[in-house]
Amino acid sequence: MSTPVVASPEGFELPEGQRRVIRWMIYLAFFALSIGILNGLGQALNYARIDILQYFPRMRTYHQGLTVHGVVNAIVFTFAFSNGFLALTTARALARPLNGGLLWAAFGSMVMGFLLAAFAMATGRASVLYTFYPPLMAHWSYYLGLALLVVSTWIIAVALFVALAGWRGENPRQRIPLLAFISTATYAMWCLASIGIAVEVVALLLPWSLGLVENVDPLLSRTLFWYSGHPIVYFWLLPAYVSWYAMVPKHAGGELFSDSLTRVVFVLFLLLSIPTGFHHQYADPGIATGMKAVHATLTFGVFFSSLITAFSIMYALEIGARRRGEKGLVSWFLKLDWKNPALLAQILAMLTFTLGGITRLINASYNLNQVIHNTAWIPGHFHMTVGSAVTLSFMGIAYWLVPYLTRRELVGRGLARAQAWLYALGVLIMARGLISGGLNGMPRRTLIMEAPYDDATWRLAGMLTGLGGTLMFVGGMLFFFVLVGTALFGKKMMGTVDIPFTVTHEGPATTGWAVKLDRYRYWVLATIILILIAYGPFLVSYLPGNFTSPGYQLF
Amino acid sequence: MTPAKIERIFLTLSASMLLVFLGAFFYSAFGMGMHLPGWGGTIDPAAVRATPPFDQPGVREVAPGRYEVVMLGMAWAYQPSEIRVPAGSEVTFIATATDVVHGLHIEGTRVNFMLIPGQIARLTYTFEEPGEHRIVCHEYCGVGHHLMHGTIIVEGVE
Repeated sequence: MSTPVVASPEGFELPEGQRRVIRWMIYLAFFALSIGILNGLGQALNYARIDILQYFPRMRTYHQGLTVHGVVNAIVFTFAFSNGFLALTTARALARPLNGGLLWAAFGSMVMGFLLAAFAMATGRASVLYTFYPPLMAHWSYYLGLALLVVSTWIIAVALFVALAGWRGENPRQRIPLLAFISTATYAMWCLASIGIAVEVVALLLPWSLGLVENVDPLLSRTLFWYSGHPIVYFWLLPAYVSWYAMVPKHAGGELFSDSLTRVVFVLFLLLSIPTGFHHQYADPGIATGMKAVHATLTFGVFFSSLITAFSIMYALEIGARRRGEKGLVSWFLKLDWKNPALLAQILAMLTFTLGGITRLINASYNLNQVIHNTAWIPGHFHMTVGSAVTLSFMGIAYWLVPYLTRRELVGRGLARAQAWLYALGVLIMARGLISGGLNGMPRRTLIMEAPYDDATWRLAGMLTGLGGTLMFVGGMLFFFVLVGTALFGKKMMGTVDIPFTVTHEGPATTGWAVKLDRYRYWVLATIILILIAYGPFLVSYLPGNFTSPGYQLF
Repeated sequence: MTPAKIERIFLTLSASMLLVFLGAFFYSAFGMGMHLPGWGGTIDPAAVRATPPFDQPGVREVAPGRYEVVMLGMAWAYQPSEIRVPAGSEVTFIATATDVVHGLHIEGTRVNFMLIPGQIARLTYTFEEPGEHRIVCHEYCGVGHHLMHGTIIVEGVE
């Protein structure tokens, strides 16, 4: 009783006009990533005490480069990729075109936002990093640019939910196709999660940077930032999870075990991603320790859904390997189709993500966090999550997505495989460097090569960071060779092609509790209640806030 | 074993592991007193130097073996930048920032918190062993961020 994760599994062609706008979103994503990776090399070599930033045009300071690195990688790249990829998966899963006007509006908003933020960063008016903690004050164009980038995700969310509502109207009492459910759940979560950063930017920082109000409240701004700043990591990660659940089993020749369990995971992400932001503020004064403990507990809850994922995906891979005739207890893993770059890149992403997950558990562990808070450990950790699980997965997805969107065959499969290995190896070496440096107290976000304090134990850590970062850079460049080569010179495909999607072994239930998983109205309401429990007490006791900080431009 | 049963075993083990971890760190926090900074009160950053106790930054002994360190973070220095306490003393840090957000990490210890303008941070830690620890600012605070550091010297008791 295997069930496909899409409606109309026999085939569905997205209109060429929509394929074009999705293609441009994916190109924009990888264009941003190319800038981010270039800056990343400069950052990594800083730890090895090699200064290449001085050769970068217009680059005046280390933190200007770090701001560019964070904004283009973590915001522009991830947003643009999600907007394109999940629009495609939703449309395909429902076998229904989206509203083309909304897709182009989202693309336009993304380009405008990117240009405004790029202007502010390139002219050195916004070297405030991608967390932009006030009272460091950037130029208003930086905040407006970030706001427009968020708006583009909201426009896509509208397009997805309009299509979903249309489909449900025509198919009453049917379960939402799994691929459409997990794609839209990602955007449902992000719509609720992005409220914090939207309020921070629009209500507090834009008027302040325009000179309309004099002062800002740094703690309130940080709290609003992290309200969005933690779930944003799931907005980065969930498109990769969509691929791991719905496409990777297909690449591996296996199938996804349980439809219901997959929906449970995404519902858990919707419920628990947001009320966990204080675990980024364990070290902040002004927030009661009891509330920090509440967020710590919920953070452990959301980790549970990643453990379920580890089970489901590994099991799907195992089914695939066993079908190829492998009997061994663990040797099946070696018999996967390692020659397929789309699968290879995503399996390597999963393996590095295992270490990313373990370090995440340490960060989330309340007072254990005090040992590593704001040390180089933190970038060590998140380069194994967003820098690897997300980025390397997106690269792996691109190995079938770009051929699908351009109707051209992938160029350079060998290069693509080398790319994935180099990048994954680079991440592991760099993370080893940063994590060991962090445990020895090396601070993050610091121009280590010019710091007056020094520590012999940081030398090896710095060299590994520089070496790993260089390998990641080379892996990244190979990726762009393959990408551009495919888009320009790939052999034209004949006939129609479809996206790869899996079937589920245990299909969607038609009776019982699992049917209720599709009821967005309940889950959104439950999420809002959890948010009120997690943030209500702080806001009630803290508001109207302490607006006493004028802006500083110390960059 | 059926897949559904393997799945149940995996999920039960996962959930149990997380519960054990949660229990362990809550015990260390609320049973053993390894606290995080919490609510410490607000202050006007412009008036910090006129507001006690920040009008007199420095180290003082409040009871035998117990010290208070009143500390300011500013671009790009700590005041005081050198602290001396005897080994075995219980030290309460009371700190804030006068301009932008800074961080304070005493390396090799769990004294690690943010200095946020408008907020007062408090954290207590007992320095058992004699030795010297570097204090670094670990939050980006402008072009001079990497210059912002200090020292704490835990002196041996004869």
